[in-house]
Amino acid sequence: MKLLHLEVRLFAYLREIIPESSGGKVLTIELPEGSCVKDLVTYLGLDKLDISLIVLVNGIREFDHSLLKDRDRVGIFPPIGGG
Amino acid sequence: MKILRVNMSTLSVQTEEVPEKYYLLGGRALTSQIISDEVDPNCHALGASNKLVFAPGLLAGTSAPSSGRLSVGTKSPLTGTIKESNAGGVAAQKLAKMGIKAVIVEGKPVENAWYILKISADGEELIPATDIIGKGNYDAGNILREKFGAKAGVLTIGPAGEAKMTAASIAVADMEGNPVRHCGRGGTGAVMGSKGLKAIVLDETNAPGVEIKNKEKFREAAQAFTKMLIANPTCGQGLPTYGTAVLVNILNEAGALPTRNFSQGRFEGVEKISGEFMYDTIVKRGGNPTHACHPGCVMRCSQVYHDADGNYLTAGFEYETIWAFGADCGVDNLDHIAMLDRLCDDIGLDTIEMGVAFGVAMEGGLLPFGDSEGMIRIMKEEVAKATPLGRILGQGASVTGQAFGVSRVPTVKRQSIPAYDPRAVKGVAVTYATSTMGADHTAGYSVATNILKIGGFVDPLKKEGQVELSRNLQLATAVLDSLGLCIFVAFTVLDEEKALPAIVDMLTAQYGKEFDVTGILGVNTLRVERAYNKRGGFTAADDRLPEFFYKEPLDTHNIVFDITDEELDATMAPFDVIEEVAEAAATKE
Repeated sequence: MKLLHLEVRLFAYLREIIPESSGGKVLTIELPEGSCVKDLVTYLGLDKLDISLIVLVNGIREFDHSLLKDRDRVGIFPPIGGG
Repeated sequence: MKILRVNMSTLSVQTEEVPEKYYLLGGRALTSQIISDEVDPNCHALGASNKLVFAPGLLAGTSAPSSGRLSVGTKSPLTGTIKESNAGGVAAQKLAKMGIKAVIVEGKPVENAWYILKISADGEELIPATDIIGKGNYDAGNILREKFGAKAGVLTIGPAGEAKMTAASIAVADMEGNPVRHCGRGGTGAVMGSKGLKAIVLDETNAPGVEIKNKEKFREAAQAFTKMLIANPTCGQGLPTYGTAVLVNILNEAGALPTRNFSQGRFEGVEKISGEFMYDTIVKRGGNPTHACHPGCVMRCSQVYHDADGNYLTAGFEYETIWAFGADCGVDNLDHIAMLDRLCDDIGLDTIEMGVAFGVAMEGGLLPFGDSEGMIRIMKEEVAKATPLGRILGQGASVTGQAFGVSRVPTVKRQSIPAYDPRAVKGVAVTYATSTMGADHTAGYSVATNILKIGGFVDPLKKEGQVELSRNLQLATAVLDSLGLCIFVAFTVLDEEKALPAIVDMLTAQYGKEFDVTGILGVNTLRVERAYNKRGGFTAADDRLPEFFYKEPLDTHNIVFDITDEELDATMAPFDVIEEVAEAAATKE
């Protein structure tokens, strides 16, 4: 099966949940072709958090069922605000 | 409740009763109404005809959470429009507890003299400011507290306000007495300087406190609202932990972080200026990541930032400041950015206006992008001393762009565009273009819905839905600014349907009557402000973005700003209707 190679960055307190991403380290994650945003979130174990995540793929907001492509840059954020 | 009228021409202070038409106004609704009623929109902003109005919000001084914002209104010397700029700190609550609905400062001293306005429960007086003139906000505040008591509330202008620079702010001291909360935008500090007023000192000892008609009902509603804020993940968890700087990374990831004077949408040095990095640095150096700017704020988005030796450097270190001196100037050294923040707090300057001015000046060749040591040197040796170069930068980005022959100048109505690229966050771009204040993200923070998934989702890259989004948020913001609530409560109000009713319940309990909050504080305020600008000569042609946003594609998404003039004009048109009807009626007569 072909694999997707994803460049994943986690932010704010998600970095405490997955310490490998601390300090802004980029995670390289491989998922089967046809995987969607929800599959990646589940793979990372972030689906267990009772929060509404913000997922940006190549700078564009994507939703649970959006399909991922090889070499996608994915950023995942917990609910945050400011201004 | 009373209004204090401070005449700087005659050096007298008069107490006036609150006219009935002002009774249900507060904060921005009141400052804008008074400016509209009393100040000729065609006057010179630094002349004797302009006025400066300070007003706490309608909920100030009560137990309503996060209700301590102070509004300052005037005709802006930067934009030429009406202006309301608000800040946290302790001043609004002290004024409200003394029963003061507004302080109107008018006239101008005949001689070049400087004064301190002292307001206490026993009365008011103007005192010569001899021992603080020329001082920065830190020193001036310390001297004033030594003289008037450690608990005195202090508002000051720094050397920038004394020199009447149009980027000058009014500093409002926080609970620790640090001058880190500012009415930053639009040059309110220059107007205070033009009046010869260096400082206001507030001592609410023995003050009567705020009258609340139905205390039990008020307490219930305030507690319910507090609980909602704490339960909200953004207000109760994100803001207290990381402050507003948590936005650095998400705007960069979204390709909307203006970099090197808005020439790019992502910054390679982002991690070193991020909220996450700031949090780790603060904790490591013994600072405080969770700090309230006024008593009773539950969101506590401020922080205390220490230098590498563990000594206090600055506080209230905001996203827009970090972006302006950071990504927009190509700087990735957070300690240098913190020093620039401290210098702005001390000299009394709007950090957004100054950061954008530096970005423009760097494009014009003053310094290479990334030269933060050069920026610190220029702030200390030129801006603080009001040299000719310092005065150019201190007028903000528009004048700086003219002085350096730069064509990419990110301003609307001469006020700098802040930390969200208009091409990639189109909802907030509509606010920049159409706000009565000039480019101001806080006037209608569409970033919430475009980027942060709050209040639904409107795609930031497309034009659909942006006009309605911006209009609705500009209306809601006018209400919050009039109540004295921090606009960050909107993160809860937009997603929690019980929040707005709780706010209305607090008001009803406090004032003893139900009233149309949106109509009186929202619609009317925007109408008054729009009409004022129109009388001052502003037209639809002023509600536009700079040309380069329509012509130069942003690299991250290869897009330009494409919302048409007609679409922009539809944003605030509903707030012009009444005036046109009134004009038509007048013509008939």
